[in-house]
Amino acid sequence: MTGQLVLIGSVGVLAAGTFAFRFAGPALRPRIATRPWMERTMASAAVILLTALVGTAALTEGHDLAGVARPTGVVVAGLLAWRKAPFVVIVLSAAATAAGLRLLGVP
Amino acid sequence: MRSMKRTLGSRLLRNIALVCLADGLVGMSYGAIAVGSGLETWLPVALSVLVLAGSAEFLFVGIVAAGGSPIAAAVTGLLVNARHLPFGLAVGDVLGRGPRRVVGSHLMNDESVVFALGETDPDRRRAAYWACGVGIAVCWPLGALLGAVAGNTIGDPAALGLDAMFPAVLLALVLPALRDRDVRAPALIGAVVALAATPVLPAGLPVLAALVGLLAGVRRAVLR
Repeated sequence: MTGQLVLIGSVGVLAAGTFAFRFAGPALRPRIATRPWMERTMASAAVILLTALVGTAALTEGHDLAGVARPTGVVVAGLLAWRKAPFVVIVLSAAATAAGLRLLGVP
Repeated sequence: MRSMKRTLGSRLLRNIALVCLADGLVGMSYGAIAVGSGLETWLPVALSVLVLAGSAEFLFVGIVAAGGSPIAAAVTGLLVNARHLPFGLAVGDVLGRGPRRVVGSHLMNDESVVFALGETDPDRRRAAYWACGVGIAVCWPLGALLGAVAGNTIGDPAALGLDAMFPAVLLALVLPALRDRDVRAPALIGAVVALAATPVLPAGLPVLAALVGLLAGVRRAVLR
């Protein structure tokens, strides 16, 4: 019973804390975004975070490397995106490449 | 809905729908994995509605299923979700004020942020953010519920290559921003820092550590 309560409490803490992070940005923004270079820096920060997410989500699993199939799928998608292929093709090619390689026994 | 279609155009709307659909599929595997590893159905479903952030939920469920402390799982999830603060600083202008800002904050995630960043016109920024945010807020919990109820009937998500879809979506959407040289160098430095930090730092911190890439931009500005 206590275990269940701790679990529910932890879900609540994660939900409330996540919302606080999400709400803080828009709330603080009017005070910070007063100068053009601030605005540019904040936009750059978001692109930096998203690029880092692409890298870690493509190449790592926990603290280890993610194998070969997933990064290869993402590289194929990246090449297609660079050649301005339709978005559907890009996304499905990533899944198809990774799934195909795994079918062939590549991790 | 019709005015949203007019603002966004059918191509962008189709792209957003595809991302929501993909998220729904990943949500199904998430729900199935959670229940399959012995957790009760309510847990992945409650997390998907209340937290609405996939990677943090996967970690939470993984830690609890492995017998770890739920408190440690919550702390780890919070570290992973800390990136929403800088996200809100970057795209917070699309949320509006009052109750809209409260709802809009909850809809903030990697996908809705990157769709908003891709648009320069304020109306299109706002419409892209909300369309993607609402779509994912519906598809992700629905997927988690279906997966949790269906249980182990859904096979390994890796076999379908679903794990490659999330980074591919983000890559396709940030690529236009990376054509700007002033952003590209800091972003690539940040990504390298994040990858180098992954083996040693707790989950979530490597991505935040990528922000040191901002220093590269500052240096460039000073030298110029």
